[in-house]
Amino acid sequence: MHVGIIFFLVILGSVLFHIFTPWYWTDIASNWQGMDDTITLTFWVGGGVFVAVCLFMIYCVFKFSYKEGRKVEYKPEDKKLERILTWATTIGVAALLAPGLIIWNQYVNVPKNALEVDVMAWQWGWQYRLPGEDGKLGTTKVVNINDENPFGINPDDPFGQDDIMIQSDVLNLKIDRPVKILLRSVDVLHNWYVPQFRSKMDAVPGVITFYWFEPNKVGEYEVLCAEYCGVGHYAMRGTVIVQDEQNYNQWLNEQETYSELVAKQNKLEIEKNKIVKKIDLN
Amino acid sequence: MSDEIDNKQSIQAQSSETMNQYSGSAAADIDYVRPAEIPEQDLYHGHSFITKWVFCQDAKVIGVQYFLTAVFTGVVGLILSWLMRLQLGFPGLAGFMTAEHYYQFVTMHGMIMVVYFLTALFLGGFGNYLIPLMVGARDMVFPYVNMISFWMFFIAVAVLMASFFVPGGPTGSGWTLYPPQAILEGTPGSGMGILLMLVSLSLFVIGFTMGGLNYLITILQARTRGMTLMRMPLTVWGIFTATVLAMLAFPALLVSSIMMTLDKVLGTSFFMPTILKAGEVLEYGGGSPILFQHLFWFFGHPEVYIVALPAFGIVSDLISVHARKNIFGYRMMVWAIVGIGALSFFVWAHHMYVSGMNPWFGFFFATTTLIIAVPTAMKVYNWIITLWRGNIRINTVMLWCLGFIVTFVNGGITGIFLGNVSVDVPLSDTYFVVAHFHMVMGIAPLMVIMGAVYHWFPLVAGRMLHEGLGKWHFWITFLGAYSIYFPMHYLGFIGVPRRYFEMYDSPYMTSAIGMNEFISLAAFIVGAAQFILIFNIIKTLKTGKPAGKNPWKANSLEWHTSTVPPEHGNFGDRLPVVHRWPYDFSVPGAKEDFIPQTTPPSEVVHTEVEKT
Repeated sequence: MHVGIIFFLVILGSVLFHIFTPWYWTDIASNWQGMDDTITLTFWVGGGVFVAVCLFMIYCVFKFSYKEGRKVEYKPEDKKLERILTWATTIGVAALLAPGLIIWNQYVNVPKNALEVDVMAWQWGWQYRLPGEDGKLGTTKVVNINDENPFGINPDDPFGQDDIMIQSDVLNLKIDRPVKILLRSVDVLHNWYVPQFRSKMDAVPGVITFYWFEPNKVGEYEVLCAEYCGVGHYAMRGTVIVQDEQNYNQWLNEQETYSELVAKQNKLEIEKNKIVKKIDLN
Repeated sequence: MSDEIDNKQSIQAQSSETMNQYSGSAAADIDYVRPAEIPEQDLYHGHSFITKWVFCQDAKVIGVQYFLTAVFTGVVGLILSWLMRLQLGFPGLAGFMTAEHYYQFVTMHGMIMVVYFLTALFLGGFGNYLIPLMVGARDMVFPYVNMISFWMFFIAVAVLMASFFVPGGPTGSGWTLYPPQAILEGTPGSGMGILLMLVSLSLFVIGFTMGGLNYLITILQARTRGMTLMRMPLTVWGIFTATVLAMLAFPALLVSSIMMTLDKVLGTSFFMPTILKAGEVLEYGGGSPILFQHLFWFFGHPEVYIVALPAFGIVSDLISVHARKNIFGYRMMVWAIVGIGALSFFVWAHHMYVSGMNPWFGFFFATTTLIIAVPTAMKVYNWIITLWRGNIRINTVMLWCLGFIVTFVNGGITGIFLGNVSVDVPLSDTYFVVAHFHMVMGIAPLMVIMGAVYHWFPLVAGRMLHEGLGKWHFWITFLGAYSIYFPMHYLGFIGVPRRYFEMYDSPYMTSAIGMNEFISLAAFIVGAAQFILIFNIIKTLKTGKPAGKNPWKANSLEWHTSTVPPEHGNFGDRLPVVHRWPYDFSVPGAKEDFIPQTTPPSEVVHTEVEKT
């Protein structure tokens, strides 16, 4: 008797916990409401099955617990029942799979007007690069990376010259503009993840991976690395600031392009040479 | 040549004897069982302590050896989980706990529990003990290879444990061992630690292949007369299918271990692309980290079912015996096990939806993954329908089975979340995943293991485990484990990522602090409760109630040996002859509520038994 009651309380407790939990979604701040909705749907269907199966089990425990000489049903198979259950399950599973696949289709097809952002990851930090006026990112190579060329941009690539470089782990984004995150890593696996945006993808050394979202709430969000990347994994954080157009443009204008950096460094180089020459003359 | 003739004669003798036994009675026809096709095997009987208990060739002793070694690793894994929970619930409380240590404990806990504890326990432990007994064989077909299998496993465990004591400590690369970080500085134990892990895994695979071939060939070739495939207990079906999976999946682990060892030691670049580390470009180039993930999960996903299928099989038998009712839909259960096993090779990349593989794979792997839910759900339905109109003994064994159903359904449902590709995106790499796989392949199989221990201990040791202690053990474990993992899902909704040494300075995550403390306390209690079982076993071995023959009134062959516990050779002078499936419980018209598999039809003429 008490066995059934305890199991019943466990199920009841689970349902109540779900209803009254203070722990649930962090408020969504992107276009991926569909993911949340599919989870809610799966909760209803899956949770319903869980409760139904457990209540049936508990009923059996109450009703059919051992009694000497109880008459037991002897029915090895029931083709009809098995067929009904198979089809019902198949339909239920298909109903959950369909919205999942529809949303995945949106996830892998990036809108044409998405702003491309190069997210470069290393142990343990982030930096970002935006396309310049030509709207295209220059190509990069890991071996090109050095102090003068922190993103490893191919110096010969004309698209790379006006790229906007953000050597900081803070990225600003414009509200309601889709963003295509292009991920790359120079060492190990990483994953650029903002819980409020719901979306994520690994950064893999050697290839460029991508995903997209559309931030739709102004605010400051924490970036977390979501793929284990060594001992500093938990400290690999960053920030995203979603802004309205005016603030965003103001921020953008303050950023440096690759050619500006090269020019600045050439100037430094010339100054240094001058100093060296002066020292030589002296 | 002359041997062969002798053998044939002895077979003929045997079969004509069987015929003679009933000649002249009407029962002769209905009791007929085809004669044996091959002669009985000769067994090597050990005489010294060493050959009887150490380098032993008796599958039952090997099973116990596997069991005890696996339990030892399990206790190590348990202690590691305590240390992790200490850090997560009460950061900073343990002064020695650095991020390096934390990641090493996470890694070793995961690898130990999945491979060295669960796999070895189900296949090496229960497989060795139960297969020959349940199919009516005297031993495994290759007893000597079987012995070596255990000792390879033992060496693998020793190598694994040795990695705790090498410079740099054990690997801290996560149990998935993803390169490049697994073999680069920046990950703890990236020197000797990872090498010993890879060597240990390779040894494990080699040892396991020896055991696995034994299980398969014993089941296929050494079944006793009348034991058709469709009369085998589901336990044997589960272990059989799991072993087939292991034979096909472990090679992927072996080659990936070897390739990573080469990357580490010889500087090859199987998994290593061009890498910039501390301002310098390393001498790697052209390799693919994602290739490793494909190889790993081609092993790793079937591995889930290598653990789950024996659990499915065992729990089916336990439920049937203790509900005094035939398992519902036996044939469906068999096909579900085989079907799940086959499908499990087509779903591996659902662990990799956000790994950076071609995203179009997502459609395929989400579909195959959700298809698996159908046969799995059928198994759940059949378990609960077996309870329906049964005569359920609410004893410790049944409690573990009920606990299994609750935790398995819970974990299965959350699997539908994670398998459904776009739902996985927000949840992957969060605590939702941790909660899901602990519920479905940690706690649920553990419930079955415990049920199986309480069920078969009387056979192994000849004494009944104490029921009262067993019930305490169950309730603390079940309620405790459920209250660890059920709320943990909600951490995943918040967005808390897994494998974080320290988390809680993020503004929206501070609400989780209380829950983490609660989970840690529950984990300490559940872990401690496992020592009730160890106490129970020691106490029972000394003063337990003698079990006698077939204390649960079960039908399958292991309870019908000539002695309890069964001696080497299992069945005395004559192998049993099987006349029916093992689920003839509460058959209408029968005198008792069970008909053992060895009972010939002529003894139960007026019953409506299943013709299997």
